[in-house]
Amino acid sequence: MAEEKNIISLQYKVNGEDFSLAGEASSNVKKILKQLGVNPEAIRRVAIAMYEGEINMVIHAKGGIAEVNITPEQIKVLLQDEGPGIADIELAMQEGYSTAPDNIRELGFGAGMGLPNMKRYSDEMKINSVVGKGTRVELIFNI
Amino acid sequence: MSQYFHSVTLNKEKCKGCTNCIKRCPTEAIRVRNGKAKIIKERCIDCGECIRVCPYHAKKAVTDPFENIYNYKYKVALPAPTLYGQFKNVWDINLILTGLKHIGFDDVFEVARAAEIVTLATKRIINSKKLQKPIISSACPAVVRLITVRFPNLVKNVIPIQSPMEVAARMVKRNISKKMGYKTEDIGVFFITPCAAKVTSSQIPIGLDTSLVDGVISMKEVYLKLVPILDKIDHVENLSCAGMIGISWANSGGESTALENEQNIAVDGIHNVIKVLEELEDEKLSDINFVEALACTGGCVGGPLTVENNFVAKNKITRMAKLISNTAVNDISNTLETVDVSWTNPITYKPILNLDNDMIKAMKKMESLEKIYNDLPGLDCGSCGAPSCRALAEDIVRGFANETDCIFKLREKVRGLAREMMELEGEMPPPFRKNEE
Repeated sequence: MAEEKNIISLQYKVNGEDFSLAGEASSNVKKILKQLGVNPEAIRRVAIAMYEGEINMVIHAKGGIAEVNITPEQIKVLLQDEGPGIADIELAMQEGYSTAPDNIRELGFGAGMGLPNMKRYSDEMKINSVVGKGTRVELIFNI
Repeated sequence: MSQYFHSVTLNKEKCKGCTNCIKRCPTEAIRVRNGKAKIIKERCIDCGECIRVCPYHAKKAVTDPFENIYNYKYKVALPAPTLYGQFKNVWDINLILTGLKHIGFDDVFEVARAAEIVTLATKRIINSKKLQKPIISSACPAVVRLITVRFPNLVKNVIPIQSPMEVAARMVKRNISKKMGYKTEDIGVFFITPCAAKVTSSQIPIGLDTSLVDGVISMKEVYLKLVPILDKIDHVENLSCAGMIGISWANSGGESTALENEQNIAVDGIHNVIKVLEELEDEKLSDINFVEALACTGGCVGGPLTVENNFVAKNKITRMAKLISNTAVNDISNTLETVDVSWTNPITYKPILNLDNDMIKAMKKMESLEKIYNDLPGLDCGSCGAPSCRALAEDIVRGFANETDCIFKLREKVRGLAREMMELEGEMPPPFRKNEE
């Protein structure tokens, strides 16, 4: 945690092996944002978008790291994984497009709404991805 | 009336200061101080969980004394349908209702009947599509209070309809004053309750300025008065007017099944309710239309003021409901035209869990909270009087506790001091040193 500045940094390891644990990081962040008194609408957006990100890392990349930086002006969520990467980001951003395998779809995930929802609920979204290396998604929420 | 009233209270003499209640409280509203449990009134939602888990029966629900009914000229009992499931060999609802007249009431009106009106009003709101889905039931006052303190994003999903208890009270006051000429203040309307939360909501109503319920009497107390007289009643009056739908409200699933929609769910038990509300808040349950959420296991039959085992009572209620026919819908919709069942005051979020009203100060507190928490042993043993290490860390940054309240931290400190003392003991000022070279 940085000194002097008004910033809270949180880091979570998103476990890729257990589906039932996906969402733990976002629900932790939600609790902290409520205690900080962040406005409920912003909390809602962060919780939903971050949960989508977590699920993506679990489905496609066997987990990853979620970092959250909170300042009085904005919340920044950084999701990084060392998964297969996204070949065509533009295509991946389309609603309904998904590369999730059948067994994941059977669980009710992989509807192709993950990335579109992350974009919809955040104020700014940056994706960098290298096939074979991994993906880095940055979400910014103004509060 | 002060801002807070709670039915759930502590009997100090019986309290041993153990950790049972602090660990089960869904809003972390209890701490042990000076060897006794202390309820934080801003946080308590009157769910009654602590009443159930206290092995020393030190937690109780304060209800109105039965004798209060004699303060009124015309006394009306409003039995919750849960009452019907309390008696071993009684299958006739009319017998129970007649019994209520024998123990002192002039009249009875079934809350189950009012529940049917609430069902109809709920259907209309769902069909009007004015409310954000999923719609959450407002029938359980403990759940509504939980939402106002913990789930800011769900406040607008709660259906703005009065509880069956309030609707029943309104109907009775109106009908009796019209039919029999009594002044409203001469009619005493008494709810027979399975839980503490209803007592609280008669004092501090949800969605209304004032409650029309004049008193709330414990179901246990009424049970004890009814048991000895029920088999001595010769003439059973025909007082029952509720149908299967209303009676089924006593069980979890009764309210949601009555709405006849396959995408409705019913969740009971306060800890299960919290899990579902968390998922609702994260929009993980977007295909659900209506959520019935009840604080007690099994629904109202599991209330802390009931007598019969809740699973047995549930079975009994289901069987009794099957014995009765459905109330004619026309009959109810006429009532709905004449009684306003909507809330007058919308509920609002009460951010009592904020670390500070100023966000920058809250952030500073959060920073030290995380630091303190990481230093605590993480055993959640409760010996400090807080339910978990995290809760202790919160209490410390709020200024209500110290790090040495943790017995492990205290022990560490004492050991450090002891070591220092041993070292100091070895040191002597020069005049007293022996064998100095």
